This record gives sequence, C-alpha cells and structure tokens, in this order.
Amino acid sequence: MKKDNIQNLGFLVLFLCIVITLFFLGTIIFFVVVRGAKVISLSFLFEAPRRAMTEGGVAPAIIGTFYLTLGAIIFALPLGVACAIYLCEYSPKSFVVNIIRMSINNLAGVPSVVFGLFGLAVFVKFFNFGVSILSGSLTLGILVLPSIISASQEALLAVPRSIREASLSLGASSWQTIKKIVIPTALPGILTGVILSIGRIAGETAPIMFTAATFYIKKYPSSIFSEVMVLPYHIYALMTEGTHPDKQTAIAYGCALILLILVLFVSALAIVIRQRQRSYHHA
Amino acid sequence: MHNGTRIKISNVSFYYGNLKVLSNISMDIYKNQVTAIIGPSGCGKSTFIRLLNRMNDLITKSKLEGSIYLDNKDIYKAKEDVVAIRRLVGMVFQKPNPFPKSIYENVAYGLEVNNIKDKAFIEHRVIESLRKAALWNEVKDRLHDSALKLSGGQQQRLCIARCLAVDPEVILFDEPCASLDPVSTKKIEELILELKSDYTIVIVTHNMQQAARVSDFTAFLYLGELVEFGHTEKIFTVPKNKKTEEYLTGKFG
Repeated sequence: MKKDNIQNLGFLVLFLCIVITLFFLGTIIFFVVVRGAKVISLSFLFEAPRRAMTEGGVAPAIIGTFYLTLGAIIFALPLGVACAIYLCEYSPKSFVVNIIRMSINNLAGVPSVVFGLFGLAVFVKFFNFGVSILSGSLTLGILVLPSIISASQEALLAVPRSIREASLSLGASSWQTIKKIVIPTALPGILTGVILSIGRIAGETAPIMFTAATFYIKKYPSSIFSEVMVLPYHIYALMTEGTHPDKQTAIAYGCALILLILVLFVSALAIVIRQRQRSYHHA
Repeated sequence: MHNGTRIKISNVSFYYGNLKVLSNISMDIYKNQVTAIIGPSGCGKSTFIRLLNRMNDLITKSKLEGSIYLDNKDIYKAKEDVVAIRRLVGMVFQKPNPFPKSIYENVAYGLEVNNIKDKAFIEHRVIESLRKAALWNEVKDRLHDSALKLSGGQQQRLCIARCLAVDPEVILFDEPCASLDPVSTKKIEELILELKSDYTIVIVTHNMQQAARVSDFTAFLYLGELVEFGHTEKIFTVPKNKKTEEYLTGKFG
C-alpha cells in the first residue's frame, strides 16, 4: 500500500510539471493570439508601415524575416551536413578531431549577441557586405551551424552498421554507401535539426541587429545587399521607440503572432517531408 | 570429390589490437561446394568468414598475417581492389539487413553501385535474382513496397537475392538462420543446396545439424585455431581430433 502511495505521489508531481509547462505555453499563445488577432488584416500583411510605425502593415518585416531565414538555411544546411558527414564517416578518431567536436558543441553555447558582433566585424566590415541580407544570413547561419551539425551527427550515427556493411559487401564504395544509404536513412533526423534551427533563426534578434536589420525602411529589399526590416527587431522597435506606445504595442502583438505562424508553417513543411521519408523507413 | 580450389587460405592469423583471434589457419575452399565453419561462440568463426571479403578492413587497429588467395590472386595485396573483391565474394549476414528501400531497389542496388545503367538489364536481373532466391512468387505483386514490410525469413531471402544480383562467384553466409524460425530456416537451407551448383558457398553456423545437412566440407574452429577440416561426413562420423568429437557430441559448446 505504501509503495503505491509513493508511486501515485510521483505520478502526481510529474503530472503537475506538465500542467505548469502547458499553462505557460498556453498563456503565451493565448495572449499573442488574442492581442495579435485584433490588428491582423490583409493590409497588415501586405502593406508597409505608415506614420512612424503607428499605422499600416508589416509586410517588409515579414519578407525580411523570410529572406534571412532562407538565406541562413541555404548557407548552413549543406555546410553543417557536410561537416557532420566528415566527422562521423571520414575523420580519424584522433585527439584533434575530439577537440573539434568539443569546440562545435561549445559554439552552440555562445551568446547570440557575440555572433552579432562577429558578423559586424567580419561580414559587414571586413568583407564589406554592409548591413545586408547577406551579412545577416551568414551570421545567422553560423549561429545555427552547431545545432545542425550535432543533429546531423546524431542522425548519421543512428544509421545501423548492418546496412552500411550490406552496402559495402555488394561492392559499393564508402562514398556510394554514404550517398545512397546513409544520408537517405539519416534524412528524417537531419530534417529535425533543420526544423529546430528555423524556429531559432526566425526569432533571433541580437545577431541581426548590427548585420541586417533596420528600424524602418520603405523600400522592399532589391538584392542580397539590401538592409531589411525583420519581425523580431520590428517588435523591439515598436516597444522601445516612437510616440504612440498604445498603438505600437498592438502592432507588436500582431508581429509576434505572424512570427509564430511563420515558424509553424515552415516547421510543418519540414515535418511533412520528414514523415514522408519516415513512413518508408519504418514499415 | 571436388573440382578445384576457389579460395586458398594460407597461414592466416588475425589480431584485434594485440589480441590474437585467429591463429595460423590454412585451408582450401573448393569450387561449387558448401564449406561449413563450425565451433563454439567466440571461436573466431565470424571473424574468419569476414576476412574472405575483407569486411574486417572496417575495423581499425586490426592486423592480418598470412595470405588469402581468390582464384590464385592475393586479395589482401592490392588495397584498391577491395570493391572488386566484394563484388566477387558476396555476403549474407546474421540478421536480415535489407535497406530501407523498396524490394526492387534493394535487389537493384548492387547493380547500380557497380555502374550498370541499362534499365531493362537491371529489371531482368532483379526478377532472375528474386526467382533464384525463391522469393519471386511472394513479392511479385508488391515489388515497390518497402522491404521492411517483409517477414524476417522473407527479408533474409531478399538479402540473398540482393547478393545474387551482383553475380558473385562466392557467397559467404554468416549464421544466416540465427534469427529465423524453423520453417524459414528450412527454406534457406534448401536454397543453399540449390545455389551450390552455380556458386561456391561458405557458411558459418552455430548449429551442427545445419552443417551436417547442407555442407560438403566442414572446418571446426576452436579458440581461434583450425582444429579439424575435411569432408563433412567424415568429420561427423569419424572425427580425428578429440576436441572435435567432444564438440560434436555436445560435451562443450
């Protein structure tokens, strides 16, 4: 009887933890949706801000966030997956490689504002890309590289040795085995890493503050060297600058809601791709 | 009794790091015969068979002494030849290990990686291989389903078909029935007896009755040494070595 009571108590504590977590998650979503929904309209989605950000829409910021996220993924995905393949499949198991692995993991813990300063020094100044989509994408790409690499590494390591051996035993080279067997099998896991990265990139503010974002611009970006407005930074601007805090706060919630939906949409897309792959791999 | 040697193993020793797991083994594997490798767990059977298609190359810090000849060619001499050797010496593993692809793609894979592009030829070879592996009737209507949907026994026959598609000369079976039920085991054994006319077969088995049923020659390994090698019926009826007799009569194992 006593044992049962302890067990029940344990379950209760665990259940409460879930309730607390869901409560905060629910509250956040509730507030963002309720407050954000009020300002969202077609013109909010498709028009540029007017009258010092107190009226009009946030279209340039939506587009800016989209470009930056896309750019970062285009840069970081192939590079990250390639690094993971090298580390898992080709690199010798040596001291140096272990140091490299550790450094990559530590890179994931560096505060994002540090990446922002790095991006400013290297991409904006040194390479002279200026404050632009290119600089911002590269900075964000470097920021998410560690998580893409570790997710890909885990996915590659999870590919069973037995099917690698099967491939080699049929006269396939290591490269053919990696290309045709290992990577396709690891793809769902790699995509999981990408999904998480997208969420992170789209919401980051600090790394793009000095490298890509601007408070207010009327023109839509015309090339990868344009500065852009972005949703998270626009929220920051709305809440700290300007003369009509009441109007601006409402717009900020609208931006937050759009940001959530945007991340959800991209993630859903990746999940669909992943599921299609997975249904084939696990009959 | 046999028509020549296909693989000649000459004074082979093998080390994992400093641990000697195979010790000075010499034997012949004859063309179109089934050679069984028997012995208790940990005696080096699997290590031994994996030397024949250089699968142990994947293990770092391993070392081979002695030579293994396939049709008089030293397979450990030219390092870049490893792909060609594996094409000639196919392998079926202990646990069925189909690729997470369709049944058709599994069998076609070996041809594709060997740069065969002719679609009609590939299709012909896939069907032929599935027929030879006695799987065709069970899968002909669902060639494009995932191979992972098949039962364990069917998966193992698919792995045999996949191996046959590359048209090897030798097929290595590493305890192919270890994870299968008796019915599937019987099918695989019948298959091995049929395949013998076209291929040279080496089978590692834990099961002495299986060795007696399918093999022409038997090698008994114990603690990394080749204790006895000869015609299966002789080994099983009049073993020369005391250890062999003790193992076969179940005194240890």
